[in-house]
Amino acid sequence: MSVALPRRQRRRGKLQKEPIGIYVFLTIIGIIMFLPMYQLIITAFKPLEELFLFPPLYYVKQPTLQNFEELLIAAGAGWVPFSRYVFNSVFVTLSVVSLHVFFACLAAYPLAKSRAPGVNVLFQLAVAALMFSAQITNIPRYLIVNGLGWINTYWALIIPGIGSAYGVFLMKQFLEQVPNALIEAAKIDGASEFTIFRKLILPLSRPAWSTLIIFSWISTWNDSWSPMVFTQSEAMKTMPLAIQTIFSGANVVARQGANAAAALIQTAPTVIIFLLLQKQVISTMAYSGIKS
Amino acid sequence: MAQVGEVIRSRTGKTTFQERTSELWKRVRENKVMYLFLAPFFIIFFTFTVLPVLASMYLSFTYFNVLEPPRWIGWSNYALLFLEDDIFLTAIKNTLVYAVIVGPGGFLIAWVFAWLINQLKYRVTYTLVFYAPSITSALAISIIWRILFSGDYHGYLNYFLMRLGVLDEPFQWLRDVNTMLPIVILVSLWMSMGSNFLVFLAGLQNIDQELYEAGKVDGIRYRWQEAWYITLPLMKPQLLFGAVMQVVRSFEVSDIAIALTGMPSPLYATHTILTHLLDYAFIRFEMGYAAAISVFLFILMFGLSRLLARLLSTRGDY
Repeated sequence: MSVALPRRQRRRGKLQKEPIGIYVFLTIIGIIMFLPMYQLIITAFKPLEELFLFPPLYYVKQPTLQNFEELLIAAGAGWVPFSRYVFNSVFVTLSVVSLHVFFACLAAYPLAKSRAPGVNVLFQLAVAALMFSAQITNIPRYLIVNGLGWINTYWALIIPGIGSAYGVFLMKQFLEQVPNALIEAAKIDGASEFTIFRKLILPLSRPAWSTLIIFSWISTWNDSWSPMVFTQSEAMKTMPLAIQTIFSGANVVARQGANAAAALIQTAPTVIIFLLLQKQVISTMAYSGIKS
Repeated sequence: MAQVGEVIRSRTGKTTFQERTSELWKRVRENKVMYLFLAPFFIIFFTFTVLPVLASMYLSFTYFNVLEPPRWIGWSNYALLFLEDDIFLTAIKNTLVYAVIVGPGGFLIAWVFAWLINQLKYRVTYTLVFYAPSITSALAISIIWRILFSGDYHGYLNYFLMRLGVLDEPFQWLRDVNTMLPIVILVSLWMSMGSNFLVFLAGLQNIDQELYEAGKVDGIRYRWQEAWYITLPLMKPQLLFGAVMQVVRSFEVSDIAIALTGMPSPLYATHTILTHLLDYAFIRFEMGYAAAISVFLFILMFGLSRLLARLLSTRGDY
């Protein structure tokens, strides 16, 4: 059709001038949206005197790591070194995220693209399951995990987490957009289903599974519920639960700074994951060329 | 008419029953590999999600206090729920008010921001800023919101309004029945639009850029026309996902409400269906009753999402 200009130039044709209005609008809204986060960050670095300063300062006069130290001392007072919680969190989260995302991609392919009998029922079931409050199903789930003898093991923290229907729903919706013609063409070329999955489906759904990695990371990393229900031993606890335990009963106002520091420590790895993956989520897929 | 229909039905039904089953088997065998794809996830899903859901449905017909084995009591929980539990009615009312605003509101905001950011060249910072509220947990960030809306002189909002002369004395933002629910709604909108925002943003990347070129040839002049005639129809899968998740999110409001206004909230002003459920499940340990609430909530959300699915799939394919 049109002359092959570089994409960026094409996107900013006559229709799209440099959208300065959008920049201004989003910057203003963005600043307002970010204010509470900003407040959290500066609170974490404020020394005690400044925390109680009134009227409050919107910046930090003397940034300090005092709050983080206090957190580490409180954490170090436990029976188990804090590094153990960190290890548990990292190990459990990495396992759940990788298996959940992989299994969700696998299952989503037939759900979106095959006409195998029963596929539609399975999909409807997965979506329906999202609407049943997890708070209630946790009781029978505990009984099942207990019956399997998994209490106080990593299995209990990892395997049930993989079965969340959210990822399958997300991946299935995205895979619907993969043109059928591409799959048909690959089949005519003699590609097996596994080859199609590996060479076609996975690369084409990169924005989708990158997004899913972020979601799955956040929900597993911040989850204090499963370690609370499925483990009793201190050595099996994960970071969010440990932090929650450290602060339970503590005076919220006096511990404001340490609380904010804990929230920051808990959030930081997620931000890093997000920054690593954002490129996949927000860069345009170049599959215009592949389409028949 | 009816007779003809019946004749046809019985005839086709009889003659093709064996054919149908054998054809079904053929299709199952043809798609053998597909079931291998489905197996890893669905085995775990059935064990740790479907079974617990079925068990919970059973529990809703029992009296179960966790210590003793459940005792079958039929429809009693449901009768109690609808006929005698006045607080439950308050919870339904609050949840509906909340859902009517946060549901469509959050969905729309997420879409508009994703669409706007997608037009920019420098997207990274904006994406991070708009997604950041969703990264933290409700519990962690509620520290900041509690300081902002604190009811004494030291609350930021009170301080600000008093300096402006709007207020003469501090106002109990998180204790006044008129402001509690609006504040919970505001914070929820801020916090919960992030994941749909990211899904929509990812969905926008999947759109074939050539279609926009084609659109221009067909006489599209403005951005909103592009959005309405090209982008939205192509993003239907993501929109449906977003809508269903938004239903779930807006009906399952609890953690923000609890973190900001406590549980139970003063005069039940931010009491929702889910906080009602949590109250019975983990404070009173009446699991059967709590399960009945969850079944009710499930039916509510399921019906609504079926409706949305129908709405979103009847828009013509362009």
